[in-house]
Amino acid sequence: MSDASKEWPLWEVFLRGKGGLSHRHVGSVHAADAKMAVEHARDTYTRRMEGVSLWVLPSAAITASDPGDAAALFEPAEDKVYRHPTFYKIPDGITHI
Amino acid sequence: MHTTDMSGNKKAEAVAEDPAKVAAFERRVANDEFIEPKDWMPEAYRRTLVRQMSQHAHSEIVGMLPEGNWISRAPSLRRKAILLAKVQDEAGHGLYLYSAAETLGTSRDEMTEALLSGKAKYSTIFNYPTLTWADIGAIGWLVDGAAIMNQVPLQRTSYGPYARAMVRICKEESFHQRQGYEIMMHLAAGTEAQQRMAQDALNRWWWPSLMMFGPPDDKSPNTEQSMRWRIKRDTNDELRQKFVDITVPQAEAIGLTVPDPALKWNEARGAYDFGDVDWEEFYAVVKGEGPVAKERMQARVKAWDDGAWVRDAARVHAEKRAAAKLAAE
Repeated sequence: MSDASKEWPLWEVFLRGKGGLSHRHVGSVHAADAKMAVEHARDTYTRRMEGVSLWVLPSAAITASDPGDAAALFEPAEDKVYRHPTFYKIPDGITHI
Repeated sequence: MHTTDMSGNKKAEAVAEDPAKVAAFERRVANDEFIEPKDWMPEAYRRTLVRQMSQHAHSEIVGMLPEGNWISRAPSLRRKAILLAKVQDEAGHGLYLYSAAETLGTSRDEMTEALLSGKAKYSTIFNYPTLTWADIGAIGWLVDGAAIMNQVPLQRTSYGPYARAMVRICKEESFHQRQGYEIMMHLAAGTEAQQRMAQDALNRWWWPSLMMFGPPDDKSPNTEQSMRWRIKRDTNDELRQKFVDITVPQAEAIGLTVPDPALKWNEARGAYDFGDVDWEEFYAVVKGEGPVAKERMQARVKAWDDGAWVRDAARVHAEKRAAAKLAAE
């Protein structure tokens, strides 16, 4: 049994479903290097024509926001309804706006 | 392919945790919110999930063995291509689940080690042998059918990565069941010998399939907590009943007989009454006394050991190339 340090690194996999869509996270794979990560991602996540393009990146390279900071980060947007077009009342009869 | 909780009667020991955090967590889960990897969660929730998800992943991987046994002997090129695709799917399902379980902080190697050392369990169903080609039909129809019954509700399980893996798995599982039923259908409409083979496979796989839903509810101590945490969404007995009700007419439709003399439609309940499962056999197989339990583990250990040089070579090669690239910069 190998020790933990011998484990191939973990890669996050992003898949473009079809042309025109952005890449979306679908899961992760272990691989020795980036090329192998693409091959493993292809075998694991695209057996049924699920996509047309893959991105892989080392999981360790991701910096994520802390769930504990979610309120501080995202709630300030709640009281800024004037950022949405529906905030503004336009009289009937005015068109193309 | 399957998720029986085989942890027995061990209750998780209590760990001192912030009651406010626990209460907030319980509220979120009760509201059907999803819990994501970096969210706070009780230790027992994390442990239960790691156990359930890794058992599930191990079952997918070990589940490749009984079917792999027939790839080289499939009766036609069509059947061979289908079986290859199915076994490859099982590998994929194992990988989705391992990577989802890794988000809880348990490494892939730790999980592999737990399986190979016999510490981790996998579904008892894979410790039965595949003696004839009809067994491949019975496995797809019954074993994957039971797995679907178990897995569909888990698409709404509370742990986000697990739920997302289950959505993907369920999409792929339906082909597994249909190809199995198709094999049984053809055999059941074939020569007398083929009909006997189909019936014999049903006779041998029926009861082990009912065992896949796990012990009866009154002997399943973790069910209540797991249902509260939305790790499990239906009880073992509810799912077992549902499986019987759906499967019996499928057997009748192709002229096969479910091997249970006590099986009888109960008009009042709107469901089938059925005989008692031999739980002695179930617990014996859980303990590793299944007919081919030793062979299954030997095959996994051999695959892991034989692959060691490949894993090492790929890792060393990648390190060397990374070092060379760094030196060139």
